[in-house]
Amino acid sequence: MENTKKALSSIPLLKTKAGPRDVDLWPQRLKEEYQSLIQYVQNNKAADNDWFRLESNKEGTKWFGKCWVFQNQLKYEFDIEFDIPVTFPATAPEIALPELDGKTAKMYRGGKICLSDHFKPLWARNVPKFGISHALALGLGPWLAVEIPELIQKGVVKYKEKEDN
Amino acid sequence: MSLEDVENIKKRIENFKKTLMELTEAPGAQVTAEHKIREMSAEVVDSNPYSRLMALQRMGIVKNYEDIRKYTVVVVGVGGVGSVTAEMLTRCGIGKLVLFDYDKVELANMNRLFYQPSQAGLSKVTAASMTLSKINPDVKIETYNTNITLTTHFEEFLTVLKTGGINGDRVDLVLSCVDNYEARMTINTACNELGLNWFESGVSENAVCGHIQYIVPGESACFACAPPLVVASDIDEKTLKKDGVCAASLPTTMGVVAGLLVQNALKKLLGFGTVSWYLGYNALTDFFPSMMIKPNPNCSDNFCLKQQSEFKNMVKEEPEFTNVDLIEDIVTHESNEWGITLAEDQPTASNNTSELVESIKTVNVNQNNSIKSDEEYLSLNDGLEFAYPSADQTAPNEENLVKETELNVDDLREQLSLL
Ligand SMILES: [Zn+2]
Repeated sequence: MENTKKALSSIPLLKTKAGPRDVDLWPQRLKEEYQSLIQYVQNNKAADNDWFRLESNKEGTKWFGKCWVFQNQLKYEFDIEFDIPVTFPATAPEIALPELDGKTAKMYRGGKICLSDHFKPLWARNVPKFGISHALALGLGPWLAVEIPELIQKGVVKYKEKEDN
Repeated sequence: MSLEDVENIKKRIENFKKTLMELTEAPGAQVTAEHKIREMSAEVVDSNPYSRLMALQRMGIVKNYEDIRKYTVVVVGVGGVGSVTAEMLTRCGIGKLVLFDYDKVELANMNRLFYQPSQAGLSKVTAASMTLSKINPDVKIETYNTNITLTTHFEEFLTVLKTGGINGDRVDLVLSCVDNYEARMTINTACNELGLNWFESGVSENAVCGHIQYIVPGESACFACAPPLVVASDIDEKTLKKDGVCAASLPTTMGVVAGLLVQNALKKLLGFGTVSWYLGYNALTDFFPSMMIKPNPNCSDNFCLKQQSEFKNMVKEEPEFTNVDLIEDIVTHESNEWGITLAEDQPTASNNTSELVESIKTVNVNQNNSIKSDEEYLSLNDGLEFAYPSADQTAPNEENLVKETELNVDDLREQLSLL
């Protein structure tokens, strides 16, 4: 929790309140999202806690990438995907890990992660300052930290040897 | 076998299953189809499915029940609340139902009403439309297996709301039966843009509270005017064990909420009784808190502000516009041409009228008073609370914000990919 707070406070906040339907302001918001993500990844690398990569389609409405967790020196990697909702940034993107769909009860349909009771109030309080980086730091990060070790222990998630490594 | 093959086989199985169900049940469907009735008959015979509904008209509760055939209602989300809502409207003989959902029927849904285990794997809208058209073939049913919160489907959703009515006109009412904040905000955005009336409904994740909320853009608070209003269950969140699950559900709470929702939708469409603005339900204490929430002059939705100013102008031009009809309606309904009333009916009826007049006075007073502070705006009746805090308006320190940059989106995209 302390780590989450520290990581969160060093992610740049965003200025522009615009969703993908706002033709005029969305490009500016998208720029800020990228700036914030770049800084967040750099922070993570500096803190030796690099844990995800993300990219988007041209319009910035669909995002995909990878996140990973280390357990007993083994790297467990998962695909991330989510859409920017029509009502963004008033509502946060719903982050999904499709390959874990149906493997844990802490997920909604389509592999969307089940967020803690703290997430939505905190997001609501910080509209429009929070962006994708904050959703990752506050939502996906803590979810992975709690759920993945448990899924590994239960044998639901197994280590996959990578061909290219 | 690749993952793709498995997916394709799954899809084919679902299609086979659907075809099989349609084939095996087709004879029944044809029999009922022969009984298709275009006009509602008030005749009291065993074979008339509408006789008990038309009796509402004979008894003077509803002025013109057949009007229900003219109306189109959109139900967004046909899960625990939405499916029951759709069934009630179907049995009431609604003109047209438009269903939105992108979920599939699962065995985990069987603690709720409506769906059957044999429908597992089918899309909810397909399963629902098959059952509903068998219950009442008079109802026109249109389905959309789409997620409205995605930008790619939102325009389609707007178009359906604008042109999905029986004669290609706008729909009459939208009922939100979704289970998440994102979808509710999406419906709110659409209805604010179109000035369309809608009902929000919800059941708490602990399954023991629920609510319905009637939203008239510009006249009442929209869903973005204030944080979502929920019933206080008095359960300490810390003692609530949520390990290993996202949400609980009970068919009872969902049935009650669907009943309250459709009851108020019928009152609105057919013009009888009074429609509740916000009505909560606490199953633990059988408490039904209610209140009216005024629109927020600082709402973050620009279309809400536009609707608010249009509503103000309308009230200025016709000051009594919202209220007089209501009072007169109640009074005429109350007067009884024979002068006979059942003793036990009398006090309730007159109470209702005085309460109504009282509430109308309050509404008028509120409209004349501008809201002075956020605290005043956010004061709530007993038993109700906001699910989330309001957005913090204080400006953050400049150093915590993203910096101005000369780079364009493509430069930044590349920079991120090279990290
Ligand atoms: Zn509003």
